[in-house]
Amino acid sequence: MSHPENATVFLKDKARAKWHDETLWIVREKRDATIHQIPEWEKLRELASQIKDHTLSKLDFYLEELERNATANGIKVHWAENAEEHNQIIGRILREKNCKTIVKSKSILTEECHLNPYLAERGVEVVDTDLGERIIQFLKQPPSHIVMPAIHLKKSDISDIFHEKLNTEKGNVDPVYLTHAARLHLREKFLQAKVAITGVNFAVAETGEFVVCTNEGNADMGVHLADTHIACMGIEKLIPRRKDLGVFLRLLARSATGQSITNYNSHFRSPSPGKELHLILVNNGRTKQLGREKFRNSLKCIRCGACMNTCPIYRRSGGFSYGSTVPGPIGSILSPGIDLKKYSTLPFASTLCGSCSDVCPVKINIHEQLYEWRQEITKANGSSLKGLSMKMANGIFKSPLAYRISGQLMRASLKNLPDSIIYNPLNAWGKGRNLPDLPEESFKAWYKKNRP
Amino acid sequence: MSSKESILGAIQGLKLEEKPLPDIPDFEIADDLVEAFTTALNANKGTVASKEEIEHLISETAFSKIYSSSPAFESYSNCQVPQHAAEFADLDLAIIEGQFASAENAAIWLDDSNLDLRAIPFITAHLVIVVKKENILGNMHQAYDRIGLTKSGFGIFIAGPSKTADIEQSLVVGAHGAISLRVVLI
Ligand code: SF4
Repeated sequence: MSHPENATVFLKDKARAKWHDETLWIVREKRDATIHQIPEWEKLRELASQIKDHTLSKLDFYLEELERNATANGIKVHWAENAEEHNQIIGRILREKNCKTIVKSKSILTEECHLNPYLAERGVEVVDTDLGERIIQFLKQPPSHIVMPAIHLKKSDISDIFHEKLNTEKGNVDPVYLTHAARLHLREKFLQAKVAITGVNFAVAETGEFVVCTNEGNADMGVHLADTHIACMGIEKLIPRRKDLGVFLRLLARSATGQSITNYNSHFRSPSPGKELHLILVNNGRTKQLGREKFRNSLKCIRCGACMNTCPIYRRSGGFSYGSTVPGPIGSILSPGIDLKKYSTLPFASTLCGSCSDVCPVKINIHEQLYEWRQEITKANGSSLKGLSMKMANGIFKSPLAYRISGQLMRASLKNLPDSIIYNPLNAWGKGRNLPDLPEESFKAWYKKNRP
Repeated sequence: MSSKESILGAIQGLKLEEKPLPDIPDFEIADDLVEAFTTALNANKGTVASKEEIEHLISETAFSKIYSSSPAFESYSNCQVPQHAAEFADLDLAIIEGQFASAENAAIWLDDSNLDLRAIPFITAHLVIVVKKENILGNMHQAYDRIGLTKSGFGIFIAGPSKTADIEQSLVVGAHGAISLRVVLI
């Protein structure tokens, strides 16, 4: 997995890469416009950051409190050490219910655990119900953004795949027409499903409830029509008090899309009479990240996606270039904690401009952690080659990695992007200075070819 | 060792120093709450309507199935709450009551006591929520103060109709749930 190589692929389609860059920048601008209406914005970020820091500092206590209260509410609580166990728990519930089709709303955790392929192998059809997720599911692609999973696609792509799968008119690219076709298709699925899976945005220890936010209402359509609701959460999704939700719900949607709130914010505390509610608490490496002092606070992330929308590299390299479940700046500090070797290029996919840290609603020092990972990776190379393949040691680590990678990507981008993008505000690459003409071939590449 | 024990054990083993939990202070709210609520609702693609406008809508539109749990519109209700939510798949209009709302974002709070079936606000084609003007609060902090620790199996802030921008970021209203949201302030 190499970010610069993947980025080069993305940048081949110049018009699309430009559209991607500009569109995400518009989302970033919407975020700016909405937060300027909230005079206490910085105070809210500080509160959110402190609440999360506090929770992480006594996570064991709050997890037990959550379990106790949720159980008293009639929720069945499960614990999963890793992705496999998470999938097994779901597999077991589905077997008990003799269930062969499920509807699922957006959950990055189930992506992380590769739940869909696990269930597919066992003959269970998973229907992703978020429109963007349904589209990429038809295309057999992973999401390229955590909030806008199909942001890498154009409406003509969607029209083509809907024509194939949903029999819509060929060439009709009207988003209203396409969305309504999906509405009819998914309604049928909602009405038939016996089990619905959702993610969790926040879980409240004090009340034993959890909150799911959507704009489409797909999570609610799924769970209220099904007999069984399974909710999956990483153990870091916890907050202590119900009133803390006030802080986080004010921050989440504004940071994500510039809306003041998502249109549906559902609080699940007990199942409806006669129905079942399961909550799976998943570790999958989170306690390890908690133990890494320098990287601990990456666990504060509320998955708003703001750091992606603002990142000059993400916007110009696309979500797939990261090769990880969570892309962008936050993905680049979470993923090396999961597999340092596989994701060793990600901490270098950054200009270290710090825009990610500036927009992060929970004040994660993302760019500083990117820098720290670079040190770790360089150290791992210097002291011991254990666990790192010789190929990497020889190929990448011998040279100053940061230079090599950002250089390659920068050359690829600059060639393709018009001045208007290069010179937009807050773009660390273009701000207040002209960029030098880049030689076709960098010195490094030249040297590699011509060295004695 | 169970996974619960190993997860909790791993956290305890880190012996992290406890960080303080902050109090949440009061923040300023809009002077005109109805106006702020209306602006926020419009931004979320919902609209404020009068009782007369809803009555007019009903008389003008050929809704065949209408359900109301709001006393203000009781006479328009023409169906019973079914045993299974799926039987409401052809519901044209639902009129329900909201407990209170937050003006900053037009989020209206409802819980099981307002919902004879949890699926109603999602499965209906069109949704009307009735909220008392005096129950419009300033912001989400005030809203959670009002909720306090009340117990309800399900509670929700609804702030607009079902919408999506997943196709090239074009906003489309009516993704899965209600195609429209009208709020009657009484
Ligand atoms: S790191 Fe911060 S900005 Fe990025 S997704 Fe997480 S909460 Fe949002």
